[in-house]
Amino acid sequence: MRCVWTDPVSGDLLIDVNGETLLLDACGAAFSPAHSTLVFADLHFEKGSSYARGRQFLPPYDTTHTLQRMAHAIGRHKPARVIALGDSFHDKDAAYRLGPEERGLLQSLCRAAHFVWIAGNHDPHPPDWLGGEVAASFRLGGLLLRHEPGAMFQPGEVAGHLHPCASVARWGRSVRRRCFVSDGIRLILPSFGAYTGGLDVGDTAIASLFAGPFHAYMLGRSRVYAIARRAAARRAV
Amino acid sequence: MLPPQFQHWFGARGWAPRAHQLALVEHAARGESVLLVAPTGGGKTLAGFLPTLIALAGQPKRARTRGLHTLYISPLKALAVDVARNLDAPIAEMALAVTVETRTGDTSAARRQRQRHLPPDILLTTPEQLSLLLAHPRAARMFESLKTVVLDELHALSNSKRGDLLALGLARLCTLAPGHRRVGLSATVKDPAPLQRFLVPQPAAEEALSALVIAQGGARPRIEISASDSYIPWAGHLARHAMLDVMTAIQESKTALVFVNTRSQAERTFQELWAINDSNLPIALHHGSLAVQQRRKVEAAMARGDLRAVVCTSTLDLGIDWGAVDKVICIGAPKGAARLVQRIGRANHRLDEPSAALLVPANRFEVLECNAARDAVLAGELDGERLKTGGLDVLAQHVWGSACAAPFDAAQLYGEVRSAAPYRELSRTDFDAVVDFVATGGYALKRYDRYARLRKTEDGKYRLAHPRLAQDYRLNAGVIVEDAMVEIRLQSRGRPAGAGGRKLGELEEYFIEQLSPGDTFVFAGDVLRFEGLRETGAFVTRSSDPQAQIPSYNGGKFPLSTFLAQRVREMVSRPQDWHKLPAPVQEWLRIQEWRSVIPKPGQLLVETFPRGNRHYLVCYPFEGRLAHQTLGMLLTRRLERSGHHPLGFVANEYALAVWAARDMGDLDMDALFNQDMLGDDLDSWLAESNLYKRTFRNCAIIAGLIQRRFPGKEKTGRQVTFSSDLIYDVLREHEPDHVLLRATYADAGTGLLDIARLGDMLARVRRRIVTRRLERVSPLAVPALLEISREMVAGAVDEAILRDNEDALIRDAMRVD
Repeated sequence: MRCVWTDPVSGDLLIDVNGETLLLDACGAAFSPAHSTLVFADLHFEKGSSYARGRQFLPPYDTTHTLQRMAHAIGRHKPARVIALGDSFHDKDAAYRLGPEERGLLQSLCRAAHFVWIAGNHDPHPPDWLGGEVAASFRLGGLLLRHEPGAMFQPGEVAGHLHPCASVARWGRSVRRRCFVSDGIRLILPSFGAYTGGLDVGDTAIASLFAGPFHAYMLGRSRVYAIARRAAARRAV
Repeated sequence: MLPPQFQHWFGARGWAPRAHQLALVEHAARGESVLLVAPTGGGKTLAGFLPTLIALAGQPKRARTRGLHTLYISPLKALAVDVARNLDAPIAEMALAVTVETRTGDTSAARRQRQRHLPPDILLTTPEQLSLLLAHPRAARMFESLKTVVLDELHALSNSKRGDLLALGLARLCTLAPGHRRVGLSATVKDPAPLQRFLVPQPAAEEALSALVIAQGGARPRIEISASDSYIPWAGHLARHAMLDVMTAIQESKTALVFVNTRSQAERTFQELWAINDSNLPIALHHGSLAVQQRRKVEAAMARGDLRAVVCTSTLDLGIDWGAVDKVICIGAPKGAARLVQRIGRANHRLDEPSAALLVPANRFEVLECNAARDAVLAGELDGERLKTGGLDVLAQHVWGSACAAPFDAAQLYGEVRSAAPYRELSRTDFDAVVDFVATGGYALKRYDRYARLRKTEDGKYRLAHPRLAQDYRLNAGVIVEDAMVEIRLQSRGRPAGAGGRKLGELEEYFIEQLSPGDTFVFAGDVLRFEGLRETGAFVTRSSDPQAQIPSYNGGKFPLSTFLAQRVREMVSRPQDWHKLPAPVQEWLRIQEWRSVIPKPGQLLVETFPRGNRHYLVCYPFEGRLAHQTLGMLLTRRLERSGHHPLGFVANEYALAVWAARDMGDLDMDALFNQDMLGDDLDSWLAESNLYKRTFRNCAIIAGLIQRRFPGKEKTGRQVTFSSDLIYDVLREHEPDHVLLRATYADAGTGLLDIARLGDMLARVRRRIVTRRLERVSPLAVPALLEISREMVAGAVDEAILRDNEDALIRDAMRVD
């Protein structure tokens, strides 16, 4: 069984998760060619503006930034279905804080593909004006997509929520990037939202999900790098 | 001239007042602000306070009716405390009814409160504390009686962000206490005019200068350079070959200060000295990463005269007087003539006796630099500084602080700010942008109007929207942004990482993040083994391994000054003067002359040669590592485009070496080194430069966009937080003209990237580039090439790191079993 390989034409990294093949896009989304489905995790729309109540004025462009990157990935893979793995909105008021342009951009994306909004802990009830359907979890062939990885071992589970990151060091410098994490049976996606930080894959919250060795697939500028856990495992930052 | 009481006091001590001390009394009598330039040991501090003491001696004695008379500001709180102690003598001996107090971060809350309502006659403090006092609603009352401000070590404060903050504070004081006068105290500087401007309010039209008093210089220092005629290393900064010389110098003196340039050098030198310290001389270590208690212990032992030597970094450049120090030893490059003068001045605080110094160059280029620095100091020539304009991030903090004190009128505040010398040229548009930034973030997309921090009152003033914002201001005030630090905790071997552990000090988080468990490094004079990182700190054990992996953690890396670089270039270009240099250095330069060429003054030498299966391009601008790194980044971009496949580069203080897959000897060097690289190439490099992102983070923290992290309040790993890099990426893409990005760019010009200096260099060498295509490496190129393994900075290094990790580990990762 092949578990990690590179597409000879596009250079994309492909991995097997519980028998399903997924393409890991350097932008942080996963694409299933067999099911024509593109998966994003933890979009956290309007995270920036959520700090404004505490009078910390972060640049209010994070939602636009995230939406533009989504649009780019959708344009590239042309999926029939898009699944957002929960925490798509940073808080329950986030949808009301969207500006007219961002709302328009989001609605146009919803017209380009069928959207499945999985409910997350930040957004248990995504707004009803959104296109597509809302679900607690979603089955895609051998995969079970949901927001939070379950405590029970679940082969084929694809989840977000943890915002994994990994660092590697060489030549006296270290590089820290968002990453996918998988042991070939389960997969955790990196967070996609512009202002979302990360949790190191060495943290027990992530490492304890995998019984055996796992790999961090770190996001490079234009491709994904497969890094063995031994090199990636460090700690929470 | 002096009142009888004071004449008697001088007489009783067997002193005569010095001319500059009397001159300051005269200027005070005329109500003039004045700058006193004097070398160390000149009785500078007393000169600054003499007019205040005379004025207070003649005033009614009931302190409660008087209010604050003199405010003294120093860059170091230790200095403020020391000055308070030194003022005790004249006050007690003349029985003056004068109260003196300090106010620092260590002052108790009760005392601070009391100082606001019942200030002493003389208050000694720091620029940060002044900002906090001014941001209080009682500020107007507290300062209304102020007559004099004394600014100590003004040369160390003025041309920096702390100087900007201080200048804005002084401008405010002008409004609160019109007519007060200022005294600036400074070490010898090349050009006193910027300091004279700093001292007085600048009128809108022309520039104003304070009066100037220059004290007669002291004895010329005795400067020796340790140099062996048998062996001088080609590269490196540790001067291991000269440790016996250093030890001998320590043995011959009462007390020596051993200055080095970085903390890791301090650690290593300390170890080397103890390895040969057969007579067990008390030698201590002092640098900014050590625990505060540890540093205080060393300082106290030093003050008692218990130590024979202290190995230290720039943490001891300024500060309190230690009378017993009679020798200063500088290991490594002096970096600048003014810095060398400052350090030499730490020995022997008596004006009429020469200070003794030993310079210990660690490699051949440093021999040149030490000689150039000595010549400059003995000729009384000093480095000039590039004057920076006031930072918009600092202004933002000041605007916020102003609103904390009282509602402000924008036009009135703008006028006040422009009277501060660093902000003379500030446009009203920029000022308004900063106010807008403080109020609502200043974004073109007006998202945050309803959450505004500042709101307009009915009479058009800006007021604070919520009292809690004053507290936020206090917690985030100040312009010193420390790198995120991690505590180093020592635990006994065999215990699990994270259990117990005595605090040894702290290190930059980015350094710790690069360690893997099992790595060893030198810290606090010991070889330590890294065990692991936990929420509470980095856990280490003592290692018996004498061969530690030496940390390259930062701290105190100053670039070679432009002035000194010029002198080094001249020294290289004058073969008739080489005879002054030690034999190995002469030989090195002669072979360079024969094999390649010695560039003439004003020329830039560029050499290309093959080595191994690579092609090298080495140039020698002598502009400091920071400017060279920026140049290296930009050159590799161009070489990438021209198809030469650059593979990496390395920069040191003197040279830049680039290597590539293709020969670069056919390039048009005038085109390659054209100034237009500072346009688009620079712009696209900045987008991803880590140094630039760090500059942005500092500006964002100073301006109040990001709140500082406080011990105990840090977000833990489980709480997902945002980083300034993410904010930078988004802001840069969506609002590239934002005021904070402009502040960052202005900083980068002089700060971590030294773009301004690079620009000057490119202009200087235009059409004056000499090229040599060589068959093999030239003598001058060797030091740079030797640093390649240690200090490599590749073009797309981040991606290369990822790729390399993948390559090394891919078999593991791809294993199917």
